[in-house]
Amino acid sequence: MTLQQFMNEAISPWMREEGPDSDIVLSTRIRLARNFAQYSFPIIANENDLQHINTFIQQEYEDQSFQDYRNFSFVPIHNLTPIERRVLVEKHLISPHLAEKNQASAVLISENEQVSIMVNEEDHLRLQLYFPGFQLNHALEKVFELDDWLEEKIDYAFDETRGYLTGCPTNVGTGMRASVMMHLPALSWTKQIKRMIPAINQLGLVVRGIYGEGSEATGNIFQISNQITLGKSEEDIVNDLRSVVRELIEHERNARNHMMEQSITRLEDRIYRSYGVLAYSRIIESKEAAKCLSDVRLGIDLGIIENVSRNILNELMVLTQPGFLQQYAKKTLTPNERDVLRASLIRERVQLET
Amino acid sequence: MECQECHQRPAALHFTQVINGNKTEVYVCEVCAKEKGYMTYPEEGYSLHHLLSGLLNTTFESKQNPSGSPHTKEEVSCPQCDMPLSEFKRIGKFGCSTCYETFSDHLDPIFRRVHSGNMTHHGKIPARAGGNIRVQKQVEEYKEELQRLIKNEAFEDAARVRDKIKELEQQTRGDDK
Repeated sequence: MTLQQFMNEAISPWMREEGPDSDIVLSTRIRLARNFAQYSFPIIANENDLQHINTFIQQEYEDQSFQDYRNFSFVPIHNLTPIERRVLVEKHLISPHLAEKNQASAVLISENEQVSIMVNEEDHLRLQLYFPGFQLNHALEKVFELDDWLEEKIDYAFDETRGYLTGCPTNVGTGMRASVMMHLPALSWTKQIKRMIPAINQLGLVVRGIYGEGSEATGNIFQISNQITLGKSEEDIVNDLRSVVRELIEHERNARNHMMEQSITRLEDRIYRSYGVLAYSRIIESKEAAKCLSDVRLGIDLGIIENVSRNILNELMVLTQPGFLQQYAKKTLTPNERDVLRASLIRERVQLET
Repeated sequence: MECQECHQRPAALHFTQVINGNKTEVYVCEVCAKEKGYMTYPEEGYSLHHLLSGLLNTTFESKQNPSGSPHTKEEVSCPQCDMPLSEFKRIGKFGCSTCYETFSDHLDPIFRRVHSGNMTHHGKIPARAGGNIRVQKQVEEYKEELQRLIKNEAFEDAARVRDKIKELEQQTRGDDK
């Protein structure tokens, strides 16, 4: 696997498989924060120590495989152009924070892009594992195995009472952030989601937009994740999250059915208008694109639009991000140029299907 | 309503400017508000970490300065990474794993607030680094199971669990040497 392949494909190989409840849940992710016991955390560690960790990870894990996660590529951040960094952020393979780093930071990515391990982000290691659809328990089981495999060679910073020690007090304990990416158009249109968020927050869970902290829910995509990492076991955290997600799926399905029964013509009108915009517009801003993609994806899920693949939402949401567009054009683009290129890529992709 | 400056993002802030008696209304998004200087931020944005360091400060002040005296005596620093207490307070982050011991007196109130009242880890234990702890937890679990089985008079199963406990206990004793 070369860096070029990570850059060229908007959609990661693992996303091509359809997971459970994939009409609503786009993906499941579990992230673990881990640190080496013997080194200071990246925030104050000296360059030498960080370089040590970086080299160690490269020597031990580059080109290695673990189970289905094969041929890890080791990508030093300082080798990447600003646009390439942005692409990796847009694909959720690295965090915006890691993208800003220069020396002694890297990411280890498996060939199918299901695993990405960030090196010297806020913690020495941030392991991320993705699954398509709704698969929290399976993801937890697998990320534990991955964690154990890494621990064979690494002395983790761990304390009996405090658990896994992390740079930030908000991650201590399990160091785990489990999150589920959901497409909730019907709950958004009917404004039900706004009323549900405070209740979800009370359970120690957070609702965010697609690009994490502070980002808006573009394309009606919401990310639900745990806030608390100390005092509850990983299984309990995952089970709490799972039951809330189950509940949301149920509500979303009901709201969809209700719309189908009560206002099918209005619903069809909205979906086909959006389809028309995607198929024929010449200039489109990312926000409008996200809205239309969400509508069309709902149309596909409800059987209103046929012969268009479900992946269109996941794929075009990433493909039409600023970083990806510029990667595609192989140059920096002004916002106006991006809107033109975005429209033409979407047209191409939509026409490809029909 | 969209932002008047960039015409892209929705306006999040509403300002009323009065210049020489002329009143103008401004609707802008947060990004433009910052860029065009409608608002000044003392530091970059306002994140969870600022909230956290706010938390830390109140905790420390109430602890250290009951009399309100402005000067503090010798400052504690982490022996491993040299992180001083004041810096930990300011940034709200640990410098290394030893900081957890160095500042341990101050951590419970913070953890309690950040993690809904929890202060102790109940979860995965690393296989190697956790070594005996993992086995001890396992033994505890088996003991609970044993009690349950005895209560239910499932003696055969209980005997099996008892043997497992014995085996594990021997193992930990062996490791200690």
